[in-house]
Amino acid sequence: MNAILQFLSDPLPFLVWTTLAKSAGLLGVVLVMVSYTVYAERRVSSLMQDRLGPNRTGFPTSLLGFGIKDWSPFLGGLGQPIADALKLLLKEDFTPAYVNKFYYWIAPGLGIGAAIISLAVIPFGSSIAGVDMVIANVDIGPLFVFAISSLGVYGIVLAGWSSNSKYPFLGAVRSTNQLISYELALGLSIVPLILIIGKLNLVEIVSYQVQNGWMLLPGITAKAPHLPTLEQFLTWIPVFIAFLVFTISMFAETNRLPFDLPEAETELVSGYHTEYSSLKFALFFLGEYTAMITGSALIVTLFLGGWHFPGIPDGSAAGWLGVMWGLVNIGVFLAKVVAFLIFFIFIRWTLPRFRYDQLMKLGWIWFFEIALVNIFITALIVTYVH
Amino acid sequence: MITLNDYLLVSGLLFALGFAGVLLRRNIIIIFMGLELMLNAANLSLVAFSRFGIVNGLPNYNGQMLVFFIITVAAAEVAVGLAIIVALYRARQTTNVEDLNTLKF
Amino acid sequence: MSPILFWIFSALMLGFGAATILNRNPVASALSLVVSFLGLAALFFGLDANFIGVIQILVYAGAVMVLFIFIIMLLDLKAEQRRQINIPALLGGVAIVVAFTAQLVTVIRSYKAGNEPFAAITPNLPDAHNIGMTLFANYNLPFQVIGVLILVASIGVVVLSQRELK
Repeated sequence: MNAILQFLSDPLPFLVWTTLAKSAGLLGVVLVMVSYTVYAERRVSSLMQDRLGPNRTGFPTSLLGFGIKDWSPFLGGLGQPIADALKLLLKEDFTPAYVNKFYYWIAPGLGIGAAIISLAVIPFGSSIAGVDMVIANVDIGPLFVFAISSLGVYGIVLAGWSSNSKYPFLGAVRSTNQLISYELALGLSIVPLILIIGKLNLVEIVSYQVQNGWMLLPGITAKAPHLPTLEQFLTWIPVFIAFLVFTISMFAETNRLPFDLPEAETELVSGYHTEYSSLKFALFFLGEYTAMITGSALIVTLFLGGWHFPGIPDGSAAGWLGVMWGLVNIGVFLAKVVAFLIFFIFIRWTLPRFRYDQLMKLGWIWFFEIALVNIFITALIVTYVH
Repeated sequence: MITLNDYLLVSGLLFALGFAGVLLRRNIIIIFMGLELMLNAANLSLVAFSRFGIVNGLPNYNGQMLVFFIITVAAAEVAVGLAIIVALYRARQTTNVEDLNTLKF
Repeated sequence: MSPILFWIFSALMLGFGAATILNRNPVASALSLVVSFLGLAALFFGLDANFIGVIQILVYAGAVMVLFIFIIMLLDLKAEQRRQINIPALLGGVAIVVAFTAQLVTVIRSYKAGNEPFAAITPNLPDAHNIGMTLFANYNLPFQVIGVLILVASIGVVVLSQRELK
């Protein structure tokens, strides 16, 4: 037993097993979050449309001996994601005869793979017992996320092309066009942030925000919250513009309403995954929601202080206290991400869909230029402040 | 132990592959891809040399700068090249270089 | 970089590079090229050039190859039919490539300095920072010239794709 512990605390095995544990834990949390985001989507939409939504599939509390009383007002519907997953798994996996088999099979995996891999660089907590709560602490965090998520395009392109059918192809062309166009605005809009912080490492970006206040709410620091100073207010202006551009571009990147043209039901049946069924369709579905979670996590990390919340220390304290605070930090991060996901859902059920030319105009004529001008403004302000 | 020569060998083989693609294929898009392979082979040897020519524990960044510029120029080149291919296709409905023989005497 | 990883990624890069030029179907070629570029990016990471590696993925795999696939799909290129093979051209091409490879191997064999192991590098190198400093301190003019080049290229593309060819 001691020999095993000794081996596990050697530097290299320690790095390997902690990384594996973090990856497995994060993957598990994200998959659960994805299924419950779908549930939340349905419940919130029904709330907004004055319906009930899925409120029946619960856990059989009465069978387990918790009394005969029906708990469905509280637990009702919480079993829905499990039922949905089972339904998708058990449906017939139908492959049309006219598709290009090989690409038809690999396309769903590519989409979800890209979304999951880009989570690797996002710091989802401070540290527990000296282990940083980020899977890969690389020096080029945001670039890595953009690079990997740009690979997600292949899943969509291949799905549309290999389906050998008109609607999927149109959906794929639209989607690729949209992703490439908005990637520009997305990449350019965070340049002001990097100019202000001077770091490209997401862990350091979060620790900068802990010291100097969240990027979007500069008054909230590790010390007592206060009103922002003049310098902070000046740097806040470009950050706010960047936040708007980044968030709206993120909606376009994740194919959410109001920019869900690639799968606009009224025009394209359901876009690039029209020909997919069962598990392969489920993978697309999962990939889309995972991309949404990755996007929210990136926004939280860049603009909203990551795992930090005023009054909650990081996990550097010794012993169980540090472990507890470390876990609380992870909880804070997840809570922020969930809040953002709810925001995503609210927007989806509030705004109507854009027209395609409006979408392109917004991306190329407005956001691209705004992001560019914003970089100049930031450069001026940063020179003035320093 | 991996040495500089291993990297150079791999990069040379990649270059040879791209070269073969340009010489042997007749589809203009594949020829273009062969060109990209050759550019990337050059990038690999440049980065390997930059890591090899280490000064005070820092790689020689001049090599990486050259790679940076090559990637940028290659991106511009691909955009223009593909536009030309599309124009060519509109005019001739083919991407096979053997069919583009209007100037042949 | 450990030898095993080096050989795995080299094999990946070269294997899919070969698949690129051997495939008859252009879409398969383009996708093989993407995988080849990913292997190359991994080699860059192994050489401690993180920034260049990410740029490689972002620009080549994420943008350039998407453009390729887009064009192939829009032109609706099918797998090529077998044609009459031009024997002299084929032989000539293969001969040139083989001669080139042989020469390359000889040159590399005779390069003694290249057999020394790589010297140690500063751990946790601030790669992006150093590249930024070098780029803006020593290569400012080329950087701006590149900007003009890209502007010219994008105007050229717009002109090329808008004009009606007669």
